[in-house]
Amino acid sequence: MEKGTMKKTKSKSRRVFLTGDGAIAEAMRQINPHVVAAYPITPSTQVVETFARFVADGLVDTEFVVTESEHSAMSACVGAAAGGGRVMTVTGSQGLAYMFEVLGVTSGLRLPMVMAIANRALNSPLNIHGDHSDTMAMRDMGWIHLYSENGQEAYDNTVQAFRIAENPNVRTPVLVAIDGFQTSHMVETLTVETDELVKKFIGKYIPSYPMIDIDNPVLYGAADRPDYYMEHKRNQLVGMINAPEVIQQVGKEYGDLTGRYYGLVEEYRMEDAEYAIVVMSATAGSVKDVIEQLREEGVAAGLLKIRAFRPFPADEVAKSLSRTKSVAVLDRCGTGGAQGGPLFLEVRTALYEEKSPPQVINYIFGLGGRDLPLRDIKDVYLRLREIARTGKRGKLVDFLNLRE
Amino acid sequence: MVSFKLKDIATREERFAQGHKMCPGCGVAITVRQIMASFEEPVVIANATGCLEICSGTFPHSSWKVPWIHSAFPNAASTIAGLESMYRAKLKRGEIHKERKIKFLAFGGDGGTYDIGFQALSGAAERGHNFVYVCLDNEGYMNTGGQRSSATPPGARTTTSEVGKVLQGKQQFRKDLTRIMAAHNIPYAAQAAPSKWLDLMKKAYRAFEVEGPAFINVLCNCPTGWHADPARGLEFVQRAVDSCFWPLYEVESGVVRITYKPRKKIPVVEWFKDQGRFKHLLRPENEELLESIQVEVDRIWNQLLKDAGEEM
Ligand SMILES: Cc1ncc(C[n+]2csc(CCOP(=O)(O)OP(=O)(O)O)c2C)c(N)n1
Ligand code: SF4
Repeated sequence: MEKGTMKKTKSKSRRVFLTGDGAIAEAMRQINPHVVAAYPITPSTQVVETFARFVADGLVDTEFVVTESEHSAMSACVGAAAGGGRVMTVTGSQGLAYMFEVLGVTSGLRLPMVMAIANRALNSPLNIHGDHSDTMAMRDMGWIHLYSENGQEAYDNTVQAFRIAENPNVRTPVLVAIDGFQTSHMVETLTVETDELVKKFIGKYIPSYPMIDIDNPVLYGAADRPDYYMEHKRNQLVGMINAPEVIQQVGKEYGDLTGRYYGLVEEYRMEDAEYAIVVMSATAGSVKDVIEQLREEGVAAGLLKIRAFRPFPADEVAKSLSRTKSVAVLDRCGTGGAQGGPLFLEVRTALYEEKSPPQVINYIFGLGGRDLPLRDIKDVYLRLREIARTGKRGKLVDFLNLRE
Repeated sequence: MVSFKLKDIATREERFAQGHKMCPGCGVAITVRQIMASFEEPVVIANATGCLEICSGTFPHSSWKVPWIHSAFPNAASTIAGLESMYRAKLKRGEIHKERKIKFLAFGGDGGTYDIGFQALSGAAERGHNFVYVCLDNEGYMNTGGQRSSATPPGARTTTSEVGKVLQGKQQFRKDLTRIMAAHNIPYAAQAAPSKWLDLMKKAYRAFEVEGPAFINVLCNCPTGWHADPARGLEFVQRAVDSCFWPLYEVESGVVRITYKPRKKIPVVEWFKDQGRFKHLLRPENEELLESIQVEVDRIWNQLLKDAGEEM
């Protein structure tokens, strides 16, 4: 997939300076959801604050519900989405944890909505900085996960997320994640499309079973006994099964309009890579820099960036990595006693069917905002080369930039 | 809205249909029927987890002839807030005709209202959503086997406030949620009971009439959890009213009005009588405990009289 190639487009897009939070807020302004229900939490607060200014200035006609908690924010989103319109919220970390109970209600009721997340560590210890432990803790709540490398992707993903969530074959909530501070607070130059283009791209939303349509009463959230629960849960999965095709379709359509194409994963110098890093979000940017350096030194380094973590693009991952000799999966989240970080477990499983899979190792990095210096990334590639050369894998799961 | 007429009630279509699975004699079912018959506008309902929700909405059956949603236990108020917000958003955009008036109603048990759903309710009330919240207060978590809530009367035996060698049921008095909701300075807050059905229905009618949040707290008998004769449920509820343990009143724009004053106030022990959950309180060794409950009931009742500007 080609990304970042600024093809001349028909519409007059703007180049602007925005933080990641600002980029998401700008997309929200253009999307103009019927209802936004949210509660502030660092590092996504600026999205809520910026949106509040849009509301105050009459730039949107959204019903902006500033709730007394994230539990209520997500609950109000459930009510609003069942009502039959576009709905969005923003949160992260403790806020996401506080929503947990309702996250499964949203997906279980097949309510399309979009949630922007500025990824942040979970208590305890309290830490306001970025890592993925919040969204990884809810990875199996039935939400589609899209991770963004920078402000541009945050903007693009937010716009596309509505099309994905609302697709009749998907009807599944989508979260768009950015790295707390690294992306949320970083000012970047990015392209914002015209309001008209965004409006046209997302189109008019036609809800499936709007509760506000009182002439056709519907019931949401009936209890199920064991005689129905499994069938309903199986039916729910259909949205996830259909999602990859839709995510790719929408990414292609968006690319045709804007010049920025999106798929499930992004491959960077993978065509001849012998050593690959798999990572999500902002860290991918650092890895790309290191790759350029290493390539000059004759090391065949490559990157596989996961954009859609749920549903997990196992085939794409296997296809991309099967040609390499060794792979390091970088998890910005602890293992919690599992055999490795969540991304690592997925990648390793995806490679299980391969005839001669590469060696795969796992690194935990960046917890609570810990920096990941370029030299550490370089060391990872050098270790991968060593593993390939000697055939000795060594430690399966290790930490990066940790004081022992 | 037309004014409240008995004739209308009789001819109104039932929107809470028969066939639900509430226990025989359940005061919640009676109350819900009365509430649903008290107004005629189209309505959208959010229901907290609890007896009513489980008994009226288990797939593939439903008793609801109106749009209805159940999300979880603590969030009936925040769910209805979202629905009401969507309605306003759609009105604003002309996606719904402005003449199309829809009412928003939330039901929760005392657990889903006094306890786990309290924050969501308080928040929704403060934000001023246009909705009616009805608390179906059966004084415990009945759907899950009769555990204590902050609405459970003092001394009551529940499965988490047991009677044993050292403890005699619930140790604490109850939370006065109606007053707390009135303290949100919402347009309308009231306390009601299905035994005084006309009073209850008038309150419901008024709650739907006002613009903004309205709260009605209804004492509902629960034969199963109270260990009391299902055939005499309303009699028990009326005893709570007549003992002034459960006064019937409303607070509108800060003005407290007692809507029913017992001609003869009966002792609380009369209300406790004939209910299995209070049986131990009637034992001689619990006389002091009973007395202390009476003192607290009187104190709260006298305060209410004072607030309503009535003679003691
Ligand atoms: C977060 C959460 N905690 C606990 C429960 C279990 N639970 C379901 S209903 C209920 C009690 C309901 O009591 P109440 O609100 O008083 O309604 P009732 O059943 O008495 O009408 C409990 C404890 C739950 N569903 N969700
Ligand atoms: S347990 Fe009580 S409240 Fe629940 S249905 Fe039975 S009688 Fe009604």
